[in-house]
Amino acid sequence: VFAMDSNHQHNYKLNKTEKKFLRKQIKAKHTLLRHEGIQTVSYATQNLVVANGGLGNGVSRKQLLPVLEKCGLVDALLMPPNKPYSFARYKTTEESKRAYVTLNGKEIVDDLGQKIILYLNFVEKAQWKELGSQALPPGLMVIEEIISSEDEKMLFESVDWTKDTDNQNFQKSLKHRRVKHFGYEFHYESNNVDKDEPLPGGLPDICNSILEKWVKEGYIKHKPDQLTINQYEPGHGIPAHIDTHSAFEDEIVSLSLGSEIVMDFKHPDGVTVPVMLPRRSLLVMTGESRYLWTHGITPRKFDTVQASEDHKSGIITSDVGDLTLSKRGVRTSFTFRKVRQTPCNCSYPLVCDSQRKETPPSFPENDKEASQLEQEHVHQVYEEIARHFSSTRHSPWPRVVEFLKALPSGSTVADIGCGNGKYLGINKELHMIGCDRSQNLVDICREKHFQAFVCDALAVPVRSGSCDACISIAVIHHFATAERRVAALQELVRLLRPGGKALIYVWAMEQEYNKQKSKYLRGNRISQGKKEEINTDTSVQGLHMDQMPDMGNQDLASSVPSINDFQEGGCDSRKVTDSKLPIHTNRTAFHSQDVLVPWHLRGNPDKDKPVEPFGPAGSHDPSPVFHRYYHVFREGELEAACQTLSNVSILQSYYDQGNWCVILQKI
Amino acid sequence: MKLLTHNLLSSHVRGVGPRGFPLRLQATEVRINPVEFNPEFVARMIPKVEWAALLEAADTLHLVEVPKEPIQGYEHDEKFLRKMHHVLLEVDVLEGTLQCPESGRLFPISRGIPNMLLSDEETES
Repeated sequence: VFAMDSNHQHNYKLNKTEKKFLRKQIKAKHTLLRHEGIQTVSYATQNLVVANGGLGNGVSRKQLLPVLEKCGLVDALLMPPNKPYSFARYKTTEESKRAYVTLNGKEIVDDLGQKIILYLNFVEKAQWKELGSQALPPGLMVIEEIISSEDEKMLFESVDWTKDTDNQNFQKSLKHRRVKHFGYEFHYESNNVDKDEPLPGGLPDICNSILEKWVKEGYIKHKPDQLTINQYEPGHGIPAHIDTHSAFEDEIVSLSLGSEIVMDFKHPDGVTVPVMLPRRSLLVMTGESRYLWTHGITPRKFDTVQASEDHKSGIITSDVGDLTLSKRGVRTSFTFRKVRQTPCNCSYPLVCDSQRKETPPSFPENDKEASQLEQEHVHQVYEEIARHFSSTRHSPWPRVVEFLKALPSGSTVADIGCGNGKYLGINKELHMIGCDRSQNLVDICREKHFQAFVCDALAVPVRSGSCDACISIAVIHHFATAERRVAALQELVRLLRPGGKALIYVWAMEQEYNKQKSKYLRGNRISQGKKEEINTDTSVQGLHMDQMPDMGNQDLASSVPSINDFQEGGCDSRKVTDSKLPIHTNRTAFHSQDVLVPWHLRGNPDKDKPVEPFGPAGSHDPSPVFHRYYHVFREGELEAACQTLSNVSILQSYYDQGNWCVILQKI
Repeated sequence: MKLLTHNLLSSHVRGVGPRGFPLRLQATEVRINPVEFNPEFVARMIPKVEWAALLEAADTLHLVEVPKEPIQGYEHDEKFLRKMHHVLLEVDVLEGTLQCPESGRLFPISRGIPNMLLSDEETES
């Protein structure tokens, strides 16, 4: 018996192997604390964290549990998805001590037959933050046992993978799977079909009769005319994508044969829903799940699935007490789609290739155009990215906090353009209200129990002179004309009582000031190490920060272009000669004051490339890029705008991490 | 939406000005959310409250316990402050409407959130 606890190590003479295990165990302890924030303790408890014994390490519940049970009665075994560790709770401390002593350094064989050595440490509690309950994406259905085993066999036999090998159009071996098309060929270069050139022969007869039956029984509304057969070996996958809107009608169905698989559905705001597709089930995608959510299959050999037997299809919940691994088999999917003959008119214009604008918007000529530009490139965008945006905005900026903390107790403060409400709870002694143009962002404030409402910053429904202070953080730069920016400032001042103060932040054109690069530019370098750390944690689905930097953001969203892009000036180095708004390259200097700033969604493999959002119709980006309009301010511009306001004096103006800032007082 | 928030809101339909206050409250769903009592905070809010507007709003919600005006020495009157704490901070309107007293424009309150967005036509000057 050897003690692994570092506190006692000097009481024992350890041999070489024991010393190695001890070193590894201490290393595991540090890794858990540093990367996962899991605090281990040096005294015995009922609870153990088992490093290397996790689903993310290829160890399934079925393999780990018996090993643990040899040491005593296991009360709970929590196996978080994608994590290289798990938590075990024994009935008694006696039993957990036994496990600690006997299993440390123990070698087990994982599901792939590889050797893994377990390292155990005591923890206060065996717990895991649940990701919250999830629902299937709207419009999605999984119908179990849609066909019999006999039909499955027949369908299998109808696919002849050997035929047509000389005709590359019908059958292809893609990088990660085998495919075959019927009815119409699907072109992977354009992600579309040629509507005028149907393939001879149509759909196989056996499919026709099955499809007619499904229509009759009401599982599907329309009979499809295109079939794609995919064959996935274990380890194969398909990247997250939305089926091109203009190519196919609303209803897309997919039959799973041979083996079950987990398909991941992602909302543009970052929410991911893993869905189990059992063998012989039919997946039906309509509406939002077809048009807005991406779907894909992660290339891997195991899926994280529900351990309990009664759970077959549908969502894989985050109940870590009931997760295990399932070894993938060969899955053949029959995906049936109906070719669309008219342009798509869905309600998701931002991800719709039929409705996507061919040309970038122009610089606004008048108030009406400015309002339209803001509608499309500010309001609509925030509405669609709200959840995701919010998940990258949790650190309040220090000098805004300082301003709020310095206000007298009982001050009434309005946060105009409050976003996800990160400043509304900073100082509990204030009466703070927030408002934002985005309903979805205000919903998030409400979830945090803040008082907030929806309105436009040009017309704030608060009585004049009722506020002791106002803040406007990263808002005014979204107005598209100088007049509208001044009007927004004037509206802010209207709310103040005489003597009341307003703090205003806008994004600066100068991202390098006093020879100091702002965090927005520097984030590039700084984030390298951090990014790696974040990326190892694949379970915080939708909470990645690797897409979109924002104004001098302290959150330090790790991102995007290389230093090369910076030197080349990115793609907005072209001059604004044709009055089209240039598209800014993130983490580079600004070359124009009026720009479109892209918001990249997570998982976009092309995010490092210059953005080409207005590509040919039918181009197919699984994770859409959203463009927000900004007017970045030059030095002195914000002060000059404030000086045009009546009844105002400028108390202070300063530069803070790539932003121009002013504190005003109403006279 | 709490009544303390309602007390700050005013209609901003073009041309309405100060006559847009107070917004007429109609509630179809109200919840009481317990909030930790902070007597100093409540006392600081009292002089800022537009009392007539509060009485009107409390009346539509059938909250009978609101005094007609702040009583003398309220800063140290715990009973009064607790009452006001409840009315201003714990009563939460989840569903209903706010109506501009001048133009009649209705603004919905849904899941506790007033939507005060106007169309361009309603704000243009």
